[in-house]
Amino acid sequence: MIERPELWYTIAGLAAGSFLLRFAFLGFVGDRPLPEWLLRHLRYTAVAVLPALIAPMVAWPAATGGSFDLPRGLAAFVTLAAGLWFRSVIISITAGAATLYLALYLLG
Amino acid sequence: MRATTPKSPLKQGIRDAAPFILVVSPFAIVFGVVATESGLSIAETLLFSVAVIAGAAQFTTLQLLNENAPAVIALLSGLAVNLRMAMYSASLTPYLGAAPLWQRALVAYLTVDQSYACSVAAYERNASWTLKERMTYFFACCLPVIPMWYLMTLAGALIGESIPESAALDFAVPITFLALIAPMMRTPAHLAAALVASLAALSLTWVPYNLGLMIAATFGMIVGAQAELILKKRGMMT
Repeated sequence: MIERPELWYTIAGLAAGSFLLRFAFLGFVGDRPLPEWLLRHLRYTAVAVLPALIAPMVAWPAATGGSFDLPRGLAAFVTLAAGLWFRSVIISITAGAATLYLALYLLG
Repeated sequence: MRATTPKSPLKQGIRDAAPFILVVSPFAIVFGVVATESGLSIAETLLFSVAVIAGAAQFTTLQLLNENAPAVIALLSGLAVNLRMAMYSASLTPYLGAAPLWQRALVAYLTVDQSYACSVAAYERNASWTLKERMTYFFACCLPVIPMWYLMTLAGALIGESIPESAALDFAVPITFLALIAPMMRTPAHLAAALVASLAALSLTWVPYNLGLMIAATFGMIVGAQAELILKKRGMMT
């Protein structure tokens, strides 16, 4: 059983802390110019953070207890390949989901 | 390369973010179910989602509280998972930094993986957008996603029972993000950043408090920036 009021303090702290993290640069730096070297690194934020977030989910899915799962691996591969080839998010998601369900049906 | 469509940023934002309903909804439902199973009231569960809007951090914190970890540890671990939001904030600053403070505060509250990823991709595609168009696009991306986060948390809290595992909803997150990342690989520098970040993340899962993610992302950004410098020097990238 989670104790009260610890739960409420934790939720409040997480809300305030998350807001400050999100506000940190946007709010306090604003439109002051950032140095070029920093901008150059920031251009790669999305393509670094998101793959780093996804890679372990693909390699060791929580749903299979953290061991590699062929249907999920195949689905990830097809999603990525379709996305690189067609440059379309919708086609890529559709291809990935279709692969996942087909592979789960055939291999699962 | 496809020409930029003349559609308004509002319509584009809603359309681009719409597929994420498929990700956010199951994730929010599962959070609602898990939270109520952990003894949170429906009001507490909904408040959690409205105040924080960060699925992974909410799950982390809840999980630790469930395991009777000290509240401070649960809180700090949740914040560690959300550290990437500071990177998102920095990355949005060149595009949105000139907006009024209240708008920047609202953007900060609404910065999640989906709104951030869609917006940065769109800003790169539409370099000619004005500040107002960029703001409109950002909020448009939030329209399909954020209300759904609240609503489906509530739905999950009300249902209070698990969804069949055969639905494999766990994999909605990786698939939609992979689909979003793939078209972002515009140059070898982007590809290098993504590859290094992924490999580093896989080898750093042992690092506590999810800090491996931050280290891996930093490696990826450094590699991307260095690759850009090298490619520009050789005239292979503008």
